[in-house]
Amino acid sequence: MASRKLKLLVDMMKGNRLRYFGAVAAVGVTSVVGFISPSVLGGIADALTSKAKGTNDPLNFPAFLNRFYYQRGGLDYVVSHLWIAALIIIALYVLNGCFQYFRSRWTATASEAIAKNMRDRLYTHLQSLPYDYHVKAKTGDLIQRCTSDVETIRRFLQTQVVEVFRAVLMLIVALTLMLQMNVKMTLVSMVLVPFLFVFAMWFFKWVRKSFQLSDEAEGKMSAVLQENLTGVRVVRAFGRQQFEIDKFNEANDDLWKKSRRLCNLLAIYWSGSDLLSMAQTGVTLVYGVFLAASANDILSIGDMTKFVTYISMLLWPIRQMGRILSDMGKSLVAFDRIDEILVAKSEEDDEDAVCAPIEGDIVFDHVGFEYERMNPVLIDIDFTVKAGQTVAVLGATGTGKSTLMHLLQRLYDVEDGRGEIRIGGVNIKKIRKSHLRSRIGLILQEPFLYSRTVRNNIGIAVKNPTDEMIFDAARTACAHDFIQDFENGYDTLVGERGVTLSGGQKQRVAIARTLLKQNDILIFDDSLSAVDTETDKAIREALKEQKKEGGTCATTFIISHRLTTLAEADVIIVLQNGRVAQNGSHDELIHEDGLYRRIYMIQTALEEELNQTEKTA
Amino acid sequence: MQFQEEQDYNKRFDASLWKKLLKYAKPFHKHLILVCLLMIFSAYLDVQIPLLTREAIDVYIQNHTLEGFGFFVIRYTLVVLAQVACIFSFCFISGKVEVGMTHRIRKIGFLRLQELSFSFYDKTPVGYLIARMTSDTQRIGDTIGWGLIDLMWGAGYVVMSAFTMLTLDWKLGLAVLSVIPVIAVVAMYFQKKILKSYREVRKTNSKITGAFNEGIMGAKTTKTLVREEANNEEFVELTHNMKRNSIRAALNSSLLFPIVMSLGSIAIAFTLWQGGAKVFSVNAALTVGTLTAFVNYASNIFEPIVSIVRTFADMQNSQAAGERVITMLETEPEIKDSEAVQKEFGSNLNPDRSNWPELIGDIEFENVSFQYSGGEKVLKNFSLKVKAGETIALVGETGSGKSTIVNLICRFYEPTEGRILIDGTDYKERSQLWLQSHLGYVLQQPHLFSGTIRDNIRYGRLDASNEEIEKVARMVDAEEFIQKFEKGYDTDVGEGGNRLSTGQKQLVSFARALIANPAIFVLDEATSSVDTETEQKIQKAIETSLEGRTSFIIAHRLSTIRSADRILVIQHGEVTESGSHKELIQKRGYYYNLYANQFSEEREQALLGKATL
Repeated sequence: MASRKLKLLVDMMKGNRLRYFGAVAAVGVTSVVGFISPSVLGGIADALTSKAKGTNDPLNFPAFLNRFYYQRGGLDYVVSHLWIAALIIIALYVLNGCFQYFRSRWTATASEAIAKNMRDRLYTHLQSLPYDYHVKAKTGDLIQRCTSDVETIRRFLQTQVVEVFRAVLMLIVALTLMLQMNVKMTLVSMVLVPFLFVFAMWFFKWVRKSFQLSDEAEGKMSAVLQENLTGVRVVRAFGRQQFEIDKFNEANDDLWKKSRRLCNLLAIYWSGSDLLSMAQTGVTLVYGVFLAASANDILSIGDMTKFVTYISMLLWPIRQMGRILSDMGKSLVAFDRIDEILVAKSEEDDEDAVCAPIEGDIVFDHVGFEYERMNPVLIDIDFTVKAGQTVAVLGATGTGKSTLMHLLQRLYDVEDGRGEIRIGGVNIKKIRKSHLRSRIGLILQEPFLYSRTVRNNIGIAVKNPTDEMIFDAARTACAHDFIQDFENGYDTLVGERGVTLSGGQKQRVAIARTLLKQNDILIFDDSLSAVDTETDKAIREALKEQKKEGGTCATTFIISHRLTTLAEADVIIVLQNGRVAQNGSHDELIHEDGLYRRIYMIQTALEEELNQTEKTA
Repeated sequence: MQFQEEQDYNKRFDASLWKKLLKYAKPFHKHLILVCLLMIFSAYLDVQIPLLTREAIDVYIQNHTLEGFGFFVIRYTLVVLAQVACIFSFCFISGKVEVGMTHRIRKIGFLRLQELSFSFYDKTPVGYLIARMTSDTQRIGDTIGWGLIDLMWGAGYVVMSAFTMLTLDWKLGLAVLSVIPVIAVVAMYFQKKILKSYREVRKTNSKITGAFNEGIMGAKTTKTLVREEANNEEFVELTHNMKRNSIRAALNSSLLFPIVMSLGSIAIAFTLWQGGAKVFSVNAALTVGTLTAFVNYASNIFEPIVSIVRTFADMQNSQAAGERVITMLETEPEIKDSEAVQKEFGSNLNPDRSNWPELIGDIEFENVSFQYSGGEKVLKNFSLKVKAGETIALVGETGSGKSTIVNLICRFYEPTEGRILIDGTDYKERSQLWLQSHLGYVLQQPHLFSGTIRDNIRYGRLDASNEEIEKVARMVDAEEFIQKFEKGYDTDVGEGGNRLSTGQKQLVSFARALIANPAIFVLDEATSSVDTETEQKIQKAIETSLEGRTSFIIAHRLSTIRSADRILVIQHGEVTESGSHKELIQKRGYYYNLYANQFSEEREQALLGKATL
């Protein structure tokens, strides 16, 4: 498992490894250059002191500068040509700046490229995951993984990965330089550094829990908020504002408490580590003064300032280490969460899957299906539909009508040994999913509209649809008129999840969208439920008209509770408790004892009443 | 690809906005003042350190003496301890301000959101509101809590170190300070660019979040339409933009610091060159210690300048967030109880139930006209009288105004003209909560809250017992499916009730309305996804249990409507037919046609069937 993850990481970093090497190298250069300038400054301080006092001490510059100055006359040359040292300082700063820029540039390019890789992979993978995954998925959680978890990793890759190297490199360079100057002083200058390091590590490990708690509290607060806002109509209808406010306040207060705790912990950390850092600088200064002031010149002024500068330069990256390591922990967790999405198995076709034409009779051959073990939804479903027929499916809520239709589009697959579904004699499990689905138009009960214009929504399933095609489809779905009544007509934007449209309007747009493409089989999964009876009828008439014109002759499945819709079908299938209880035409079924007849009776009772009222009139 | 975008503000620094925001920070004003003082003190201490180093060099090292060094160590230690105390205090206080501010704005914001009318929710997408309440609010808290600190410390440090340098050697000091304006200008130039590209990044980022949102929420539909490939292509284009914009932003910000430091090095070099010469000049105008202090100041002064500029840029950036939040907080609800009403019956949050009159259920529309803001008139001069206990069915085409009528009854909207009387009194003279506490309202697209089925039913009446909950579930015929779940009533319904089918959700929301035992019942396509048999059972349940309540039913299925006391045919916002089922059939108008249409086909087929027998 671990090696798999590593492989994934390496895979995602592909093409960016060189940039990281470059960035680490640049960090190396900046750490070395960064240490040269204080030593030039220290050298000048020593030279000036010695000139002022006339002691003529040996020069105390880095070796290459010492050589340069001695060749030209030593101390006198240094002080009479101070501008040279000044220019060297400028050059060092500029050089340092350049490499810092390169480092940022390379890590930014690399981390952005990796983040793009991750996002693309996640998105593509999510699209390829089976229907069932999305039914069970927690949307909010998934989105968070795809956005903020990716961002956590990206930030770590951009700003922090290389900083680990910086701290290590600086420590090495500083130690070498300091040890060359004075061993004892070096030991004293480093005495608190390990404590600082351990403190930082320990602290961030310790507060991780606190970070997590406050993150969770924040998630909870947003969840309460989201629910309240999406259900605002229900809240008002029951006058539950106070109840909701209490619920929100509880979540908000909890977040407040946890963030406060985290803030306080951080206050302790920053001041604690500042205490250690300043104490370390102080100890270095005091001991340096003590050495430098003692009569036998153990340490020069320049060396002392160098020590103080080196140490203060070192302290920052070391303090950061704790944070970096804890962020690394967070990034690893984020990476795990992303990986959890990526390991989910995507939909696959059999290798020998074909693109068989979707025509001929549709046969459900003793099909059984269950979502959970021992809880069958469909049992021994066995019927045949002739090509071009219209089939109505009737049954109580939860008897497996939608499941039956989902099986036909292979949103779920029938398990081996639980029967099979054949179209024109071909087992649909042998047909490519994309091909099968593209030839079967399935309109879901609660269709999703994309946040783009109505026009784009209707035309979404085909390439470059003309306006005429879109209008025609909309007309067939009885959507044209209401769309044109919108201020912007077909260019009206469909809001967040299609909020601006009513349920019936959404259904009609979804129907138009499906009708626009070529369908060999059409499935209305109760997708006319939110449309009034007349519109329902008008849509069905329009479809029939189309059929007559010979345009399409799709086999049609309609799930509906409306008797008018059902009665019109060639075949009516009544599902009860997962089984086909009745199967026949309207004429047959009204003479059979069963659900259909009962429903029919309910409605014919009305009809009789109608007759009576007419008679009495 | 088209996405809705957040409004973008691109104004200059807006002091009045910050004033408003500070008003919301009222409980933290003393904290803010304290923290400012602390920061100035902290800057003062920071300025002392190079001076102490100077003293160490000039007094002790140069003279090779340790006399009085003990006192020096004590002073140094005190400075360090004071600084640590400062750091702890400002971290503590600023944390408190940041967290407290966010908490407070969210609290006020949520209250406001509970008051705002449906007309507001009609035009504001939920996602925007969530962004205002989460990230935007967080940003404001951050800026107010920490931005001020950075500014005070930065300004304090620059001013005090400048002062110190000028006292030490005014000529050299001036030379070092002369670089500051150059650096400030450069920093401002880059910050502007950074801000701009950062905004681009944010915009693209929210598009990516939107795309993920859609990719995940719409995944099921995408599958049925076989649109995965096309979606992927569009997405890759987005991430490509994101990458390009982010890299551009990163490059701008990674240029800033190296450039500032390089400019700063000129000041350091100048100090070294001119100051160094003074050290060994005849009158030894400058000591080595002072020179070191100068070099220290010269290297340290640039960071606070960059930080000041950055803080301003951040504030400018937070300004957009601030503006959005303030707009939300200041939106007035369109429907509001008048002062007098609030006094008598209490507010929505503090109801005074003892003064509430009983709601009997007589409802009267008196010449009511209504239009949605910016829309056409939906109702024109509409009048209707409903006696308590009557069942009214509304029939008509989509958009004819049926839902508007019931929404007006619920006072989710108020008439633009005319009055609505409940029990003979204009309902504006009663509190909203009074009416809404007596409503049973079931929607076509039912919304359940995450939690168990039991919790959801109980939402209708918070003190309902388990027995009562089960009783209403049985009444709406929901018990059967509920008990099929392993955990029965304690089954978690999932986010928004997602784990239940639409029909099941409708049943649960029906039970929820029933348990509220309302005086007025509103069913807006409440059983459209429920099978006819179950619907019949529910009908009977309503008839028996809701006897004496005024109810309004909107439905497409006529079997649902038939038994209503009065059926109103609504066309273009007007009642064109009104009467009982029988009466309307006799009238042979719209209703008759609708009714006859629905059955004519069956009749034909039934006849055909009989003929073949």
